[in-house]
Amino acid sequence: MSVNAKMAWRNIWRNPRRSILTISAIAFASLLLVFMLSFQFGFYEAAINASVKIHAGHLQIQAEGYQDKKSMRLVVPDPGSMGSILANIEAVKAYTYRANAFSLVSSEKRIHGVMVTGIDPVSEAKVSTLKNLIRDGTYLTDKDDYQALVGQLLAQNLRIGPGDELTLLGQARDGSVAATVVKVQGIYRSGLDELDRSSVHIPLKTFQEVYAMGNAVHQVVAIGESLSAIPEIRASLKSRLSSLNQNNPLKVLDWEELMPGLRQAIEMDLVSGLIFYVLLIIVVGFSILNTFLMAIFERTKEFGIMKAIGTTPVRLTKLLLIESLSITIVGIIAGIILGIGITYYFQIHGIDFSGSSDLLSQFGISGRMYPKITVLSILIGPSLVLGITFLAALYPALKVRRIRPVEALTHV
Amino acid sequence: MYLQLAWRNIWRNPRRTTVILLAIIIGVWSMIFENALMRGITVGMIKNSIATLTGHIQIHRRGYRSDPVIENSITEPEAVIAALKRILPPGTQWAARVRVNGIASNARHSSGVTLVGIDPASEAKVSFIGDAIAGGHQLQPDDPHAIVVGEALLDKFETKIGHKLVLMSQDTNQEIASKAFRIVGTFKAEMQSTEKQFVFITRKAAQQMLKLRQGLSEVSIVLPDQQESGVASRLKAILSPNGYEVNTWKELLPFLRAYLKLLDVFVYIWSLVIFIAMGFGIVNTTLMAVFERIREFGLMKALGMKPWWIVRQVLTESFLLLIIGIIMGNILAFLTVLALSDSGIDLSALAAGAEFAGMTRVIYPIVSIKDWSIANLLVMVLGLLICIYPAAKAAKFTPIEALAYT
Repeated sequence: MSVNAKMAWRNIWRNPRRSILTISAIAFASLLLVFMLSFQFGFYEAAINASVKIHAGHLQIQAEGYQDKKSMRLVVPDPGSMGSILANIEAVKAYTYRANAFSLVSSEKRIHGVMVTGIDPVSEAKVSTLKNLIRDGTYLTDKDDYQALVGQLLAQNLRIGPGDELTLLGQARDGSVAATVVKVQGIYRSGLDELDRSSVHIPLKTFQEVYAMGNAVHQVVAIGESLSAIPEIRASLKSRLSSLNQNNPLKVLDWEELMPGLRQAIEMDLVSGLIFYVLLIIVVGFSILNTFLMAIFERTKEFGIMKAIGTTPVRLTKLLLIESLSITIVGIIAGIILGIGITYYFQIHGIDFSGSSDLLSQFGISGRMYPKITVLSILIGPSLVLGITFLAALYPALKVRRIRPVEALTHV
Repeated sequence: MYLQLAWRNIWRNPRRTTVILLAIIIGVWSMIFENALMRGITVGMIKNSIATLTGHIQIHRRGYRSDPVIENSITEPEAVIAALKRILPPGTQWAARVRVNGIASNARHSSGVTLVGIDPASEAKVSFIGDAIAGGHQLQPDDPHAIVVGEALLDKFETKIGHKLVLMSQDTNQEIASKAFRIVGTFKAEMQSTEKQFVFITRKAAQQMLKLRQGLSEVSIVLPDQQESGVASRLKAILSPNGYEVNTWKELLPFLRAYLKLLDVFVYIWSLVIFIAMGFGIVNTTLMAVFERIREFGLMKALGMKPWWIVRQVLTESFLLLIIGIIMGNILAFLTVLALSDSGIDLSALAAGAEFAGMTRVIYPIVSIKDWSIANLLVMVLGLLICIYPAAKAAKFTPIEALAYT
């Protein structure tokens, strides 16, 4: 240990009570930020995974413009070739095809306008959670043709249950009238009201027949091994698609583009969280500035003596910065360790939010939330604290250079 | 005498006092300002939801809310209207609507919508549609073919003002009623989903199309003050026995209520967090001030001052510091809120996210008396509590020890 470091370390423990209080303040702020950020990140990932798995998937291939207009005519004409491309990309876990049409569905008593979606029952089960969401009746099999899955709220509104018949009436791709009768096989509940209120799923083959789609579909939906693999899959998909050189352009959309609301909600939550954290850190910063300043006022005489015996101002500044940085680093390390401990506990056991389940079901999350410790959530908060404390320490450390030995020595 | 002594004591070392004050001021400021931001977000959400056809109180036929179909309409509105006239306080606005799910279509597109039949004049005073017209003109009460749609819907349907739009829905005979309307105007709403969901026609046109005669789906009431629960219970007393349902916005918007509850809890927890951050600074500085004055306290004790008096002395000083800090923090917070009260904080850049969370695009911070007093009380009471520690330390010095201390 250099002489400076030794002096600084001894100075810190000359007044243990003060140092411990300051370290506690820093540790408290770091701990809190580690926990809060881990909590937010855990929530985001849960929300993204839930939304991705319920419906949208990580990636979709669609005709240009389909995402905005949902027009029948904007199709992916040859889904088979898309499928073989996806099957060749290693990070793709599963993929499926879907086709959608707005139609009137009527039961004996009621009529509603809904989105009818054609799905391939087997591959759909690998991509989305639809199969596990069935609350009544059963999921489709690949032998089914004129059978349908209906959202729970819609079933309620139509007053139907498994076994009842529904009439679908819409417009086919070629402009003709598309009409058919299907039998309700299962009722699903996703928690997303929008989906549960206005969607009906039928087998893709049936859909293509009824709506004159030929072999075409509207969406090729894929999920990757993990969220972090998506950009890579997207890039390789894009390059292979462009090499196909088709006359009607296809587009690759990732979950952020498929659900812009979700991405922006996350951004907004992060930004508003940061505003709160920065304000907290400023308060902590002032607390610490307070302590550092006071410590220097108290030691005016000491600094006067040091200067009188030849200590350079640069060395004094250095000494003080080493003191405050050591305090900060001890505090931050203590905060990170405690923060990880507490967060880890909740990461295993979860936090009960069942009182707010109305709110969370909007994001497809049930009553428990699990924080998630990541490198970022551990480092962001403490580094903000480190930055602010350094600024708070700078002022007193520079101020000390202006002490004049003669005046300081008379100071009590 | 204590007060005077304390006052002089805190200004004996103005530098230290300034430093403590700074910590308190920043703490109080951030507490009040953050609470005002949270409050602003919720008030914006409530206002927006109330204006989006909810109102403070709604009346329906029992069953309509869980199953909003034509059979569940109010078939004899006279009784309801008579009750309204008797009970509603002066200054109240109300509007009667027909509201059913339907399908809108043109040559290229079709989509599910909520068809709302309104009286343009009375509706304007109750919901957002009164001043939301962005293109074309408002519905005229005597124009049975006119329809007003949202900008987003116009876009989605690739159509424009003057073009035709066909509405379909079920009528009272269980048949499909369908009628062509001409788009006369468009409206803009806080949320895109609102623009896509609602289409407005005149109430008469809706009643005719659905063969409702005088029937209504709902009555929406906006009160001059926020005292909806009293009025609602009086309305319930009359209307409930006759098969009607009266609900306040809190019952109509359970999602919003859950959110408000969560925010309420969060506001208090966060205030406490800020206080703890600030408390470390206060304790530390007070403690140091006490140690600096060990000799003084020892001397006072040697002169016969009781320990309790010393505690009281130190606490009085802390109290004065807290009061000054709180007052200045309040002034700073009010200035900040005032500065933002005109322009607000614009979240347009994150509009889709705000919409997803049900928030408005611009947030205006609002100081509520409750939040304000809680923040100030918290700082005052807890501030004094934590200063007991240094005060007790000061009282414990024995004269001999203290006089020997350098």
